[in-house]
Amino acid sequence: MAEILVLVDHVDGEVKKVTLELLTLANRLGEASAVWVGAGYDGAKDKLAEYGAQKVYVGADEELASYVVAPKAALLAQLVQEKSPAAVLVAATGEGKEVAGRLAVKIGSGVLTDVVDVADGFVAEHSIFGGGTIAHAKVTTGTPVIAVRPNAVAAEAAPATPAEEQVTVALSDTDKGTKIVEKVVQEKGERPDLTEAAIVVSGGRGVGGAENFKIIEGLADSLGAAVGASRAATDAGWYPHQFQVGQTGKTVSPQLYIAVGISGAIQHRAGMQTSKTIIAINKDSEAPIFELVDFGVVGDLFQVAPQLTEEITKRK
Amino acid sequence: MNIVVLVKQVPDTESPRKLKSEDSTLDRAAADGVINELDEYAIEEGLRIKEAHGGEVTVVTLGPGKATESIRKALAMGADKAVHVLDDALAGSDALQTSYAIAQVLGRTGFDLVILGSESTDARTGVLAAMLAERLGVPQVSLANKVEIEGSSIKAQRITDYGFDRVEATLPAVVSVVEKINEPRYPSFKGIMAAKKKPVETLGVADAGIDAGQVGLANAATAVVDFAEAPPRAQGQIVSDEGDGGTKIADFLAAKKFV
Ligand SMILES: Cc1cc2nc3c(=O)[nH]c(=O)nc-3n(C[C@H](O)[C@H](O)[C@H](O)COP(=O)(O)OP(=O)(O)OC[C@H]3O[C@@H](n4cnc5c(N)ncnc54)[C@H](O)[C@@H]3O)c2cc1C
Ligand SMILES: Cc1cc2nc3c(=O)[nH]c(=O)nc-3n(C[C@H](O)[C@H](O)[C@H](O)COP(=O)(O)OP(=O)(O)OC[C@H]3O[C@@H](n4cnc5c(N)ncnc54)[C@H](O)[C@@H]3O)c2cc1C
Repeated sequence: MAEILVLVDHVDGEVKKVTLELLTLANRLGEASAVWVGAGYDGAKDKLAEYGAQKVYVGADEELASYVVAPKAALLAQLVQEKSPAAVLVAATGEGKEVAGRLAVKIGSGVLTDVVDVADGFVAEHSIFGGGTIAHAKVTTGTPVIAVRPNAVAAEAAPATPAEEQVTVALSDTDKGTKIVEKVVQEKGERPDLTEAAIVVSGGRGVGGAENFKIIEGLADSLGAAVGASRAATDAGWYPHQFQVGQTGKTVSPQLYIAVGISGAIQHRAGMQTSKTIIAINKDSEAPIFELVDFGVVGDLFQVAPQLTEEITKRK
Repeated sequence: MNIVVLVKQVPDTESPRKLKSEDSTLDRAAADGVINELDEYAIEEGLRIKEAHGGEVTVVTLGPGKATESIRKALAMGADKAVHVLDDALAGSDALQTSYAIAQVLGRTGFDLVILGSESTDARTGVLAAMLAERLGVPQVSLANKVEIEGSSIKAQRITDYGFDRVEATLPAVVSVVEKINEPRYPSFKGIMAAKKKPVETLGVADAGIDAGQVGLANAATAVVDFAEAPPRAQGQIVSDEGDGGTKIADFLAAKKFV
């Protein structure tokens, strides 16, 4: 079976769920080989094995994680040359797509982004124009480089005993062009990751202030959901920017999305309209978000949301 | 400072966007063209850097004749001049080819800073900044929500999934911006009038040093196999809150087995 490289997405050794999804997808298309970059592999290895990594290439050199994107692409390019994999899969996050872009240039391959599924022959399915069109595309030159969206493929445990191979790569001056001098990890607390969560509850300008986000958090916690926010809410400083959902924030595709006090501007919709079930609470019956909903309540969020939280808690 | 801002004309996200059945490329006639929103932030950042450090802002766009509308807007905001690569040979280029073509143009214009949006609203690949940095062999200062330049050093805040990274590099560099970086100015009446007199150089691929055999649909490294409109979302149920709105949502969630 053909080898498929999967770049592991992790924060300080904590493996993101999308990586497990990519391993599952890779094993469907061939044999998954995980590619680890940076520190923390020992704490993560069991997880990669549990989700079916047949092999792991470990690039543990700290230097690889000290520069923006390029070292990851350099390591992957070297592996593509040495191992001739059938394809390379990365997560379609802001950074993942950049790795894919640099890698594609280094190896002269086509790249496909925002892919939601990959079939035999590496035919990739894209959801484009905010979910309005489904397109299938293929890489016709070189080793396919494919960036797959988080939450698009279900991760399945498939325990394996991966062979480990330490790898190093000599970085060029270009690879070391942009130095990361400080990494600021903003706490997300106990809640699930926004892009990984099965349920997302987002608040917008209607929430009216940072203190009131407690209402959104309360509702989210009753459902075990992640919290998101519109740009109006992040720009106002009510919620940190990495929770922004939309065109220039995160793209989420959960089972359930609840928009509270969000009008549904096109830029917000671009980040959430492929959610399976959508619910909105908004006092304006004309708000465009209602065009998308499966269920909507026209009403004051300060009445409706707490009542909803209470009802959910009661029924658990 | 020689600042080049990359601008893409995209279909207005408010109008229906489609692919063409003949060749699976973007149907540009189906929707109004507008400047890619994030590129306005790129232009604004270029103008601010010019205002602080001196120099010139050149707009570069690869696109059809209609893209002159976006060029005019950029010039009206305050950019000094523009290069428009207009050639049917470019039609249907994928990201790998577009980055090659833009890199060739940048070889001609030269640059200290290349500024672009971190993502377009139509294709949304978000790969160009990384591809250009790789091709040009210069630092990639991408996904920036804050940029500071001092002499030849550039410091930026790069947004990440977990927060942000503080990054440093040396010019020349490629910078991509997110919308948190600034608030783009509106073109003034004076700016709109002045834009009419600013130089716009229109080039074919050969003049721009682009090998026609490396661009365009026929030479692309990716191909669309097929496409179809996604089934529309079914019209949902909308109720007015009569003191039981929360309970009604809970009933809906229970019926859908979320609670
Ligand atoms: C380049 C660019 C990129 C952008 N990227 C993003 C992005 O990634 N994500 C994003 O979200 N936006 C983005 N935007 C901004 C977007 O255009 C909208 O401005 C934004 O989404 C509006 O946020 P909102 O819905 O919270 O606020 P508003 O549009 O002001 O809506 C607030 C809503 O709350 C309702 N409301 C008020 N009070 C109550 C109450 N008590 N009870 C119930 N409902 C109430 C109102 O009826 C209204 O519908 C971007 C814009 C640009 C130009
Ligand atoms: C729906 C759709 C999906 C596509 N998917 C893919 C894909 O998966 N893989 C692929 O290789 N190609 C794809 N393409 C082709 C791709 O749109 C073009 O190659 C495009 O020129 C570059 O992609 P982008 O706009 O997404 O770049 P991004 O990296 O998202 O754009 C970032 C910035 O680059 C600058 N820029 C982009 N294009 C130009 C230009 N022509 N002139 C000047 N500046 C520019 C702008 O500043 C823009 O803000 C797709 C096209 C469409 C319409």
